[in-house]
Amino acid sequence: MSILLFIESENNKLKRNAAEIASYGVALADKLNKDCVAVSFNTDNAQKLGQFGISKVFNVTNTPQQFDAHVYANVLTHYVAKLGVTHIIVSSSADAKFLAPLVTANTNAAYVPNVVALPHGYQPLTVRRTAFTNKAFANTTLTAEVNIIGVGNNTFGSVEQAVDCVVENVTVKHTTSQLEQLSISKETGKATIADAEVVVSGGRGLKGPEHWHLIEELAEVLDAATACSKPVSDMGWRSHDEHVGQTGKPVSTNLYIAIGISGAIQHLAGVNASKVKVVINNDPEAPFFKAADYGIVGDAFEVVPVLTEKLKAFKAQS
Amino acid sequence: MNILVCISHVPDTTSKINFVENDTQFDTSGVQFVINPNDEFGLTRAIWFKEKQGAQVHVIHVGTAAAEPTLRKCLAIGADKAFRVDTPATDGIQVAKELAAFVSTNPYDLVIAGRESIDYNGAMVPGILAALLDIAFVPNCVGLEIDGNNAVAEREIDGGREKLKGNLPMVIGGQKGLVEEADLKIPNMRGIMQARQKPFEVLNPKGSEIPTKDVLFEKPAPKAEVKLVPADDIDQLIELLHKEANVI
Repeated sequence: MSILLFIESENNKLKRNAAEIASYGVALADKLNKDCVAVSFNTDNAQKLGQFGISKVFNVTNTPQQFDAHVYANVLTHYVAKLGVTHIIVSSSADAKFLAPLVTANTNAAYVPNVVALPHGYQPLTVRRTAFTNKAFANTTLTAEVNIIGVGNNTFGSVEQAVDCVVENVTVKHTTSQLEQLSISKETGKATIADAEVVVSGGRGLKGPEHWHLIEELAEVLDAATACSKPVSDMGWRSHDEHVGQTGKPVSTNLYIAIGISGAIQHLAGVNASKVKVVINNDPEAPFFKAADYGIVGDAFEVVPVLTEKLKAFKAQS
Repeated sequence: MNILVCISHVPDTTSKINFVENDTQFDTSGVQFVINPNDEFGLTRAIWFKEKQGAQVHVIHVGTAAAEPTLRKCLAIGADKAFRVDTPATDGIQVAKELAAFVSTNPYDLVIAGRESIDYNGAMVPGILAALLDIAFVPNCVGLEIDGNNAVAEREIDGGREKLKGNLPMVIGGQKGLVEEADLKIPNMRGIMQARQKPFEVLNPKGSEIPTKDVLFEKPAPKAEVKLVPADDIDQLIELLHKEANVI
């Protein structure tokens, strides 16, 4: 009886969220007294999972190099039967949310995404997850033979506990792709909203795309992803990929810095899962101040450059 | 081309979220329900295919009669026929199984659902449906072109976009980008009148075991008041983020 982890990679290297999924899986395995087995795909450095308590990894080497949900789900389904898997742990990345429903159907599982902590009950398995776009939590029971938990980004964190890790490179007979990838466009070398620990986001208060260097420079110091509010992407100042909020991308980071964003309810719904929110806005009545942890009422054009310089100095010392 | 759009009926974004029955049920009193925004982008794209490529557009909802005004609105916007599977929907897997039972006896070339509903945010119905039907699925879909039996769909990924090609039938998880907000349709009087004459069928559920259950809802603890830092004391903000919040 095992717990199976879906470990994500990009360009053959573990994604940052692999540490969180490994840590969650190991903690759950401890509670349930089960084995924890990780499955990765075309990953060169899967050994590193040993730092987070993983002792066994099956690294599948005969699947497409690029993520292919249909094929990967087929491989995981094979392992569910082979290892007698009772629980599957996945992240909340776009890829994991693509894959998990397919595995759910293949294995007749129960699936709950957006889970924020280890289960707080085991008879039956009960998890806490966000609902109503972060305006509430639901405590949900899972009662299938195979139960899939989707861990919310940056909710559990990573726990270092080094063990010996055996990585077995394997080939698994699998189904063929249903979709052909025609192209992929992705900025490389830049933190993504889904993966970053810090997101710096700009709104209409920045007055135009020509001022976005303020956001980018601050983001660079913090190794942060850049994001924007809906009006900014609607006006074409920034691409839709950066739009965060209810109809854009969800944000669940450790630190979210909102600059010149008033905080419409749809925006707040999308970013509320972030742990610490800082708001810089010249309007003291901006609704975002009610949802923020720290705030500065001031002119972004004056405050942000100073913040960037001072953070640079702070980072240089620490 | 026959298109089925799966409709979720959700509280409007500005609704107050409260719970009743000892926090086991969502409190619907005084709540305005709307078409799930992600589904509405998909429906609008489906109607574009109707207008430009002669598609037939049907809508389907799994749930109680409370959603009928929402389905009538879909007809008023331009859908040709509505179905409702008459069972309370409490789990995405349950909903997907009901939809799969319907589609396997009433085949469609294209099934469009939303990326996720804005109430339970499961993002699972279209994927489970596609896997049950064993057809291709594209989630987070921000662009879709159909030519004969070929579909080219763009998917938003973490940090970019991926363009995928596949054959119909296919399932799409739609979102903003599939059409723009300005393209969304408001029903006009003629549409509303016509909607009354359009076919609307209520179906019996096939019934299946429901593998998850929400046993208790909670609201987040009230937020502590924001700590304001003077604009000329950035050092204090850095100190707070470092020592108090532990995030830098």
